[in-house]
Amino acid sequence: MRAIWAIAKKEFRGAFITPVAYAYLVVFLAFTNWFFFRTYFLRGEATMRGFFSLLPWTLVFLLPALTMRMVSEERKFGTLEVLLTWPVREREAVLGKFLGGLGLLLVSLAGTIPIAVTVFALGSPDRGPVLAGYLGLLFFGAAGLAVGIYASTLTENQIVAYLAGVAMTFVLFVAGEDFVVVAAPASLAPLLAAAGMGAHFWSIGRGVVDSRDLLYFAAVIFFFLYLTTRRLQRRG
Amino acid sequence: MISVAGVSKRFGGTLAVDDVSFAVARGEILGLLGPNGAGKTTTMRILSCFLSADTGSATVAGFDVAAEPLEVRRRLGYLPENNPLYFDMTVAEYLSLVADVRRVPRAAKARLVGRAFEGCGLGPVRGRIIGQLSKGYRQRVGLAGALVHDPEVLILDEPTVGLDPTQIIEIRELIRAFGSEKAVLLSSHILPEVEATCQRVVIFNEGHLVGQGTTAELAAQARGSEFVDLAVRGPRELIARELAAVPGVVECVDLGEEAGVPRFRVRCDVGADPREELAAAVARRGWGLRELHAERLSLEDVFIKLTGGEGK
Repeated sequence: MRAIWAIAKKEFRGAFITPVAYAYLVVFLAFTNWFFFRTYFLRGEATMRGFFSLLPWTLVFLLPALTMRMVSEERKFGTLEVLLTWPVREREAVLGKFLGGLGLLLVSLAGTIPIAVTVFALGSPDRGPVLAGYLGLLFFGAAGLAVGIYASTLTENQIVAYLAGVAMTFVLFVAGEDFVVVAAPASLAPLLAAAGMGAHFWSIGRGVVDSRDLLYFAAVIFFFLYLTTRRLQRRG
Repeated sequence: MISVAGVSKRFGGTLAVDDVSFAVARGEILGLLGPNGAGKTTTMRILSCFLSADTGSATVAGFDVAAEPLEVRRRLGYLPENNPLYFDMTVAEYLSLVADVRRVPRAAKARLVGRAFEGCGLGPVRGRIIGQLSKGYRQRVGLAGALVHDPEVLILDEPTVGLDPTQIIEIRELIRAFGSEKAVLLSSHILPEVEATCQRVVIFNEGHLVGQGTTAELAAQARGSEFVDLAVRGPRELIARELAAVPGVVECVDLGEEAGVPRFRVRCDVGADPREELAAAVARRGWGLRELHAERLSLEDVFIKLTGGEGK
């Protein structure tokens, strides 16, 4: 536990020493605020629906920027040999990295609180969908991090790791969209509908927190962290 | 503290380490000597549980590297080749991280980290980012990271490469101080480097162990000692004992069997040439002498071959 925590802290603080975390936070907050306030006053409606429908897209493109270095950089600079010859299990190292990323995700989500404050100050939206929306973002983001860390094990090149992360998250995100499901062969349609992250996120975002949706995200997180662990075990 | 028995490791078509065996005792500093690509790093990676051996077994501090890698890693301080470090951390953060992942007892953490700072002369750079340090300081950070938890065994892959002479002397002092109570395995491709720090040396070439002994023995060998190679048909152990007893013979090494005939290499006193005596000893016992020839093998020959680089 102490080792996992120490590794999580290293990932979190490291992102602030290299400007990765600042760059991510600036882009993330500028992006979300701009797109939110650009349309918010036009609508004249106290709702965060626009915010929650945009944020997953932002995360699809930004989360891999946080995770791209996590394994690829260690491999490139040889520190993976330091990490994996410490008395930590591969899964502990992976979990530490994941938790470090989760810390950064939480910081960035906390940075959007002024948006929520504005919305609540100017009107009286339903509290349920807002809280559920944040819960959904947290799970969606955590799953994105797990996918991104796995993508980072695939190559020594951070740009490739970033693009692979975006591609994998994107595919997983849109797999359950109507557009895709309708176009897919009938036999695959139910599978795609169930496998897509988008559908599960929208379902949470409607304000209905269904344990199946949360379980789905937990499964995605577990699956990709497991794959990452396997890659490290095989030193591949 | 370290024992390696018949370890081999293959990468694709190349045999990186071929049937290597050696041991390091407590209080001993053993040097692995050989050119780049000789198999030193692979051997060390197997001992540090970063890679697994294809065949053979190895133990560190009494634990098998394949069966109980966590126990091994807990008791081991390891400085990998090229001293990889997290460049985006401060020195203090890094050593604290190492102490945490190595589960140094919290009560002892401040004391041990402080000792590593002091021992490696890192006081002046405590709060500096590692990536901004000079190479000499980075090397000390790597070393401090390897021994902060007071390990029983220390494995250092080329600990002084790229340092200036004063820094080399400092690092040697540190290793020697540590080695007096622990077991240390270090590698180098420079003979004087190993001579200065190690009591015993193992020489690698192209994945094979081509020689081992104390530095004194190796120095004697370098002056030139005579070897006689024999192939004798008969009971192996008995032959070896008999040959070793011949006057002028220092030791008899069993080289295994070739086509069913046991082979031996006999090392003789400098200037002695007991070929007749060896032949007579074999004939007296009625064993079949198949082959006998003198081999003049000096350490220089080995080194010329080693440093000759591009293989044969």
